[in-house]
Amino acid sequence: MNPTSEASVAALIVLGALFVLLGSVGLARLPDFLTRLHGPTKATTLGVGAILLASAIFFSSGGSAAISLHELAILLFLFITAPITAHLLAKAALHRQAGTSDEVNAETRADDGHQAPD
Amino acid sequence: MMRRRLLPRPLLSFSVFVVWALITNAASLALLVLGALLALVVPRLTAPFWPQPPRLVRPLSALRFLAVFAFDIVTANWRVARQVVGPLHRLSPALVEVPLELRDPFVATLLASVVSLTPGTVAIDVDRRNWILLVHALDAPDPRALIAEIKQRYEQPLREIFAC
Repeated sequence: MNPTSEASVAALIVLGALFVLLGSVGLARLPDFLTRLHGPTKATTLGVGAILLASAIFFSSGGSAAISLHELAILLFLFITAPITAHLLAKAALHRQAGTSDEVNAETRADDGHQAPD
Repeated sequence: MMRRRLLPRPLLSFSVFVVWALITNAASLALLVLGALLALVVPRLTAPFWPQPPRLVRPLSALRFLAVFAFDIVTANWRVARQVVGPLHRLSPALVEVPLELRDPFVATLLASVVSLTPGTVAIDVDRRNWILLVHALDAPDPRALIAEIKQRYEQPLREIFAC
C-alpha cells in the first residue's frame, strides 16, 4: 500500500469515527426523543460512509489487483434502511404522544429503572 | 416489443445487476451470468409490488441530484455536529408541515428518505390524503425557510426526474 492511500485510509477512519462519536454525543445530550433521533441518522450517513470508503480503499490497494466494492453495497443498504428506522421510531413516538415537553423526559427517565432487555 | 417483454423494467433490472455485482465484487464471469439471470427474473417476481412503476425521465438530473444530496449530507453533518456539542438551549426544534406538489407514493418515499438522511431533519409522516410531509427539524428558527428549502432543493428536482 502506498503512502497516499495509507494516509487517506487513516484520515477517513478518524473522520468517520469522529462523526459516529458526535452522533452518540448527540444521542446522549439532546433533551427529548425527537431531537435525539437526529444523532443516529447523522452517524449512519457521513460517519459510516467515511469508514466504508476507507475500507474500500484499503482492500482495493492490497496486493491483489481486485478492487473492493462490497462497501458500496453496504452503504446503499444503509441508506435505504436508516430512514425507515428513523421514520418508524418517530411515528411510534408521535403515536405515544412523546412530544417535545419535559414530561416526556421525566417519563423516559422513570422507565429507565425497570426496563429489562427483551 | 420483444424488448418490452424480455425486460419489462429495464432500470430495475439494471439496478439488480449492479447491486449483485457490488455484493459479489464481480469476482468471476459465472457470478456475473448469475447476476444477469437475477436481473431478468427479479423484476418479474416483484412486479405485483409496483402497480405504477416510477419512470425515470431525466437520468442526468438524477446524477446532479445525487451530487447535491452528497454535498448536503457533508455540510449538514458539519452543522449538526457543531450544534450537538454547542449550547443546546440555542436550538429551536420544530415539527414542520411541508405541503407537497408531487403525487406519487414512490417519489414521496424517496423525498422522505432524502430528508431523513440529511442530518438535522427527519421525515415522520407522509399524509397521502392531503399530501403533506411532516418533518422534525433539530434547529428551525424559521420553519418557512426550511419548507422552502426542502421544496426547492429536493422536491422540485425529484418531480422533474420522475415526471410527476
